Amino acid sequence: MALVLNEEQIMLKESAAGFLAENATVTHLRALRDSNSERGFSDDVWNEMAQMGWAGIAIPEAFGGLGYGYTGLGLLLEQAGRNLSASPLQSTVLIAATLIGELGSSQQKEKLLPAIAAGKKLISLGLQEGSHHTPHQSALSATLSEGDYILNGTKVMVLDAVFAHTFVVIARTSGAPAEEQGLSAFLVDAGTAGLTVERRSLVDSRSAGALVCDNVRVPATNLLGALGSAWVGLSRALDIANIGLASELLGVSTEVFERTIAYLQERKQFGRVIGSFQGLQHRAAELFAELELARSIVLKALHAIDEDDPALPLIASAAKAKLCEVAQRATNEAIQMHGGIGMTDEYEIGFFIKRARVVQHTFGDYNYHLDRFARYSGF
Amino acid sequence: MSDLEQFRQETRVWLQENCPESMRQQAKGFEDIFNGGRNPEITHPEQELWCDRMAARGWTVPHWPKEYGGGGLSKEEANVLAQEMAAIGARPALTSFGISMLGPALLHFGSEEQKLEHLPKIVRGEIRWCQGYSEPNSGSDLASLATKAEDKGDHYVINGQKIWTSYADKSDWIFCLVRTDSSGSKHEGISFVLFDMAQEGVTTRPIKLISGSSPFCETFFDNAIADKKNLVGEEGNGWTIAKYLLTHEREMISSFGAAPKKSVGQVALDNIGADASGRLSSSILRQNIAQYQLDTMAFGATMARVGDESKAGKGLGAASSIFKYYGTELNKRRNELNLAVCGESGLGWEGEEYRQGEVSRGWLRSKGNSIEGGTSEVQLNIIAKRVLGLPDA
Repeated sequence: MALVLNEEQIMLKESAAGFLAENATVTHLRALRDSNSERGFSDDVWNEMAQMGWAGIAIPEAFGGLGYGYTGLGLLLEQAGRNLSASPLQSTVLIAATLIGELGSSQQKEKLLPAIAAGKKLISLGLQEGSHHTPHQSALSATLSEGDYILNGTKVMVLDAVFAHTFVVIARTSGAPAEEQGLSAFLVDAGTAGLTVERRSLVDSRSAGALVCDNVRVPATNLLGALGSAWVGLSRALDIANIGLASELLGVSTEVFERTIAYLQERKQFGRVIGSFQGLQHRAAELFAELELARSIVLKALHAIDEDDPALPLIASAAKAKLCEVAQRATNEAIQMHGGIGMTDEYEIGFFIKRARVVQHTFGDYNYHLDRFARYSGF
Repeated sequence: MSDLEQFRQETRVWLQENCPESMRQQAKGFEDIFNGGRNPEITHPEQELWCDRMAARGWTVPHWPKEYGGGGLSKEEANVLAQEMAAIGARPALTSFGISMLGPALLHFGSEEQKLEHLPKIVRGEIRWCQGYSEPNSGSDLASLATKAEDKGDHYVINGQKIWTSYADKSDWIFCLVRTDSSGSKHEGISFVLFDMAQEGVTTRPIKLISGSSPFCETFFDNAIADKKNLVGEEGNGWTIAKYLLTHEREMISSFGAAPKKSVGQVALDNIGADASGRLSSSILRQNIAQYQLDTMAFGATMARVGDESKAGKGLGAASSIFKYYGTELNKRRNELNLAVCGESGLGWEGEEYRQGEVSRGWLRSKGNSIEGGTSEVQLNIIAKRVLGLPDA
């Protein structure tokens, strides 16, 4: 596949850009934050997104989706990153739907995927337990008792936890910590006895939270995939998730960069616009080159998903590591080049750097993925 | 059978019959590349045979029009030829600045007479060309060049000095930027002329570099003569051609860092070893290599993306500046890492045990990549002004 967007994708990108710039901008995010909204996003906006097919964009047509592939979803996420649009696109569409597609039985897929595609069902993955992303070290336990599974343990960084209808909880059913074998995935509905959902206030003002499982009982039919064998599907879903998050970071980075360039062209000091200073020009030009590389690796990675490239793990870590690096640089430079005004809450740049760090951390940061990239490169 | 498939079959047969066995392996370093010229440097007797056979079909420059000696092949046919050559490991029959630089400029700006005169000789490798751009006092500020061309009716008399002229001592003709008018702004009054180096008024002196090699020369003009029929474009319009050519040059230089067979990470593993988890045992070196390989991958994807975009009709824009800047910086990083990874053996300068200093000399040579063809800083200026629209100081 050529590394360019086709007509259909360009139209999707443009219509998404138009819709989000109208309905889900930093202004909306600020209003949600300042109203202390539990939801963290607007139901109306989400319903409209679902009507446009976004909730099922990467879900196969057989399960009620558009079958548009991940390149399409990546374009939406990039635009969401540009506008800091809050929605369940990441938690449900990118991650949960993918994981269910990877691990679910045909019955489970028939039940869940069309509901996700219709925008009716919100599902979120409960994976991380400690301070960092170490997926194979999941220790939340699930033990068999009278035909049911009893879950005990805690998950953090559960995206959109407060309003998810159902969680996919990764649990250890056998094996030792750090082993890939022995991990299982369970569907746990919100409201199940013993499950507490805690809202956690993170810097990005979204609605991540924690799950506390205290003897949560789920029937064996809620097992997603084979017992003890969630790793392969989980790993692939995480690769896809990280590529989607890299797309969002591309949007965040591009937006702050363009805002910064506009500021350099208008702010005057010493009697001239500061963008005429070579010290700033070269930093801006270097960052522009990095952004071009970032755009290329994200597109390459999105195509790698849709083409079923066997090197997906390496490419996914490459994309996430590169975008973590570039997003960090772009947001840091944005604040520095804006000077004092960039430090104010009133100005919007701060929202971008906050969101960037949360996305960078989610499912492994630069350090995690550069190490993983090196391992997959053979050293 | 489609026409293209038939072309492939015929090409395959022709290559089998005509490509000498000795030419079915890549050149061993720069010296082994065949550049043609009046007194060609030969490292293997069959280089000329291979060049002559290919040139007879115009396949030394497959995509140039037939009327100028080229192969007249469509893009698709040229791809097939490249694929069939790759399939048997055939090396390019001829590599030259005539093909990569002067040719494109003549096709774009030259008169019909100039194209008919010069292009076929480039295709046949008869004339080796060099580029007369930089001067001792005009490096990054190239447009300030002062080599003077005086109008003598049907010819110019040229006086001045060029520097960093690649392979001037081995070249037959020069395409040269000269000042025909110094009354206006520095960008005006520059002209692009071609002339024979084999004349009394031209002398060259190789410059020895820190790498020990001498690819560049000082070139002196003392009443050198250039026929007016060899003025390309209009008098005073040379800067436009110069800029056009610099774009080609940048693309060429940015591809110098093409990935070697073995990745730096693999070489490091061989030399330094792994820890119990299989990771390279020097963790900081490992991080540096990983970042380099990551950037190389992203850069490769960018070359591919921009290539695909330009096929889809979008212009290259200032992409050549990004490529020049990033590609050469990457190549310098690769060479620094290579030196670190090789340790003592990378520091060798002479002797079989050091392969005649291949590592150290390559490392030293790479320092020039971000200077020649417009420094990294000049590329950043171009990106800042032409792409980002930031104002002049």
